[in-house]
Amino acid sequence: MDSLIKDKDNPVAFSSSLTQFFTTIAGLSAFSLRFFKDVFLPPYEFGEVKKHMDELGIKTMPIVTVTGFIIGLVIAMQSQPVMKRFGAESFLPGMVALSVVRELGPVITALIFAGRVSSGIGAELGSMRVTEQIDAMEVSAINPYKYLVVTRILACTLILPILTLYVNFLAILGGYLAVALSESSSFQLYINAVFKSLEFSDLIPGILKTFIFGFIVGAVGAFKGYTAENGTVGVGKASTSSVVMASLLILLTDTVLVKITVWIWPG
Amino acid sequence: MVEVKNLSKSFGDHVVLNNISFNVDEGENFVVFGRSGTGKSVLLKCMVGLLEPDNGDILINNKSVVHIPIKEMNELRKRTGFLFQGSALYDSMTVRENLEFPLTRNFNFSAKEREAKVKDVLEKVGLSKAIDKKPAELSGGMKKRVGLARTIITEPELILYDEPTTGLDPITSKEISQLIVELQKDLNITAIVVTHDLICAKIVADTSIVLRAGKICYEGEIKGLEKADDPFLKNFFSSELVDAEAGEI
Ligand SMILES: Nc1ncnc2c1ncn2[C@@H]1O[C@H](COP(=O)(O)OP(=O)(O)OP(=O)(O)O)[C@@H](O)[C@H]1O
Ligand SMILES: [Mg+2]
Repeated sequence: MDSLIKDKDNPVAFSSSLTQFFTTIAGLSAFSLRFFKDVFLPPYEFGEVKKHMDELGIKTMPIVTVTGFIIGLVIAMQSQPVMKRFGAESFLPGMVALSVVRELGPVITALIFAGRVSSGIGAELGSMRVTEQIDAMEVSAINPYKYLVVTRILACTLILPILTLYVNFLAILGGYLAVALSESSSFQLYINAVFKSLEFSDLIPGILKTFIFGFIVGAVGAFKGYTAENGTVGVGKASTSSVVMASLLILLTDTVLVKITVWIWPG
Repeated sequence: MVEVKNLSKSFGDHVVLNNISFNVDEGENFVVFGRSGTGKSVLLKCMVGLLEPDNGDILINNKSVVHIPIKEMNELRKRTGFLFQGSALYDSMTVRENLEFPLTRNFNFSAKEREAKVKDVLEKVGLSKAIDKKPAELSGGMKKRVGLARTIITEPELILYDEPTTGLDPITSKEISQLIVELQKDLNITAIVVTHDLICAKIVADTSIVLRAGKICYEGEIKGLEKADDPFLKNFFSSELVDAEAGEI
């Protein structure tokens, strides 16, 4: 609290934290660009990528399962009375499916993924940095960026779309549960209604953007960890600040992407 | 083999190394003494490109290693061993994986050859039983020895040891010192050994330097050190404290 007040009264501190913000963004950009250079260099470390994907999958599966189901359930329960009032109940399955597939599924999965994963990557690489394990790799003539960072970013980029598809599927199931709880409606009818309202062009942008979100989560976590300083304090900082930064970047990117999607697919 | 010329390194306005020069001959064990914080680790890190010196040059095999492209640096690193002060074992890997890591990536050994090498170095450091343990399950001294095993497994031409015997009991400490001498004799390895451990230094050293306040304050044989008149060196190498003032860095 004290520091907040101090910052407000002190324009120098504010401008220096602004500079710091832009330095971080510049650093992150340079760090992420290196991915595209190093990802094509052999050795390809497929084993590592697969190992990280397995770990990420196992780590996020429980929370993502619960969340996915509840998203669908809650949206359906919320909207049901309103839709009933307007006599639009038959649109409920379509509405649940559309909002989940186009926006809520990808974004909420990405945010949960960020909270669970980028902090983990930040802490892991941060502690490798401060205990000189990254230096040790470098001294053994092994490219630590390639071995540690590229494999993790790749794993995040590839696993998030899969998780999102899974969440979408569960959310639609959750929606059915809400419908079934209040009235007797057959599963067959519900699913038919879902598929009738969903078009291919609804699914594609939602899934495409999760590749970008996955990349952001991996890159931010790895960046914070890889550049950690100041011993164990730095590790903690890398871990927490990567969640904040990854979540913010996901939301900002999403805003831009939604604008672009609407522009490309106006329908 | 190694020539350090007018090397300087500062962090901000903290001058750590101030215009240091020395030579290490091929096949020599060269010991570096100095109080905690005088820049011994910094000196070693400059030699493998982990830190960039502000001024001066370092030549290894008559080739400068300062400001060279990463490719050339990596060729050099493959032939150089570095033992970190804190061991720096990869804690997500077992001891075996730690040792195999540099082998699989930089050399073309068959699985059988790798296995034999791993067993061989672990025996040398007396840790054959720990082969499937994770670093977290090892004591500090055991970690140090695994770190040493990982350093020598690639049979480098030049090894930089950062305090190889710190934290080891006197017996293990002597064994490790003897191992360093054996490596020098058998494989003609050149070594720079940073240490505070006089017993270790006496076993391994051919020549030594003492760093003080960013400068070299003694250069020559260990024997000469024990007889030195300088109060700082006296404090460093004898069991009594002569003059506390002289001990300041
Ligand atoms: N990355 C760094 N940033 C800032 N200062 C540093 C850095 N690395 C080392 N120093 C400073 O350089 C000085 C020398 O450090 P160094 O680790 O080389 O000491 P040392 O001689 O190895 O000591 P010890 O025997 O305790 O290991 C210290 O005062 C330290 O504060
Ligand atoms: Mg040191």
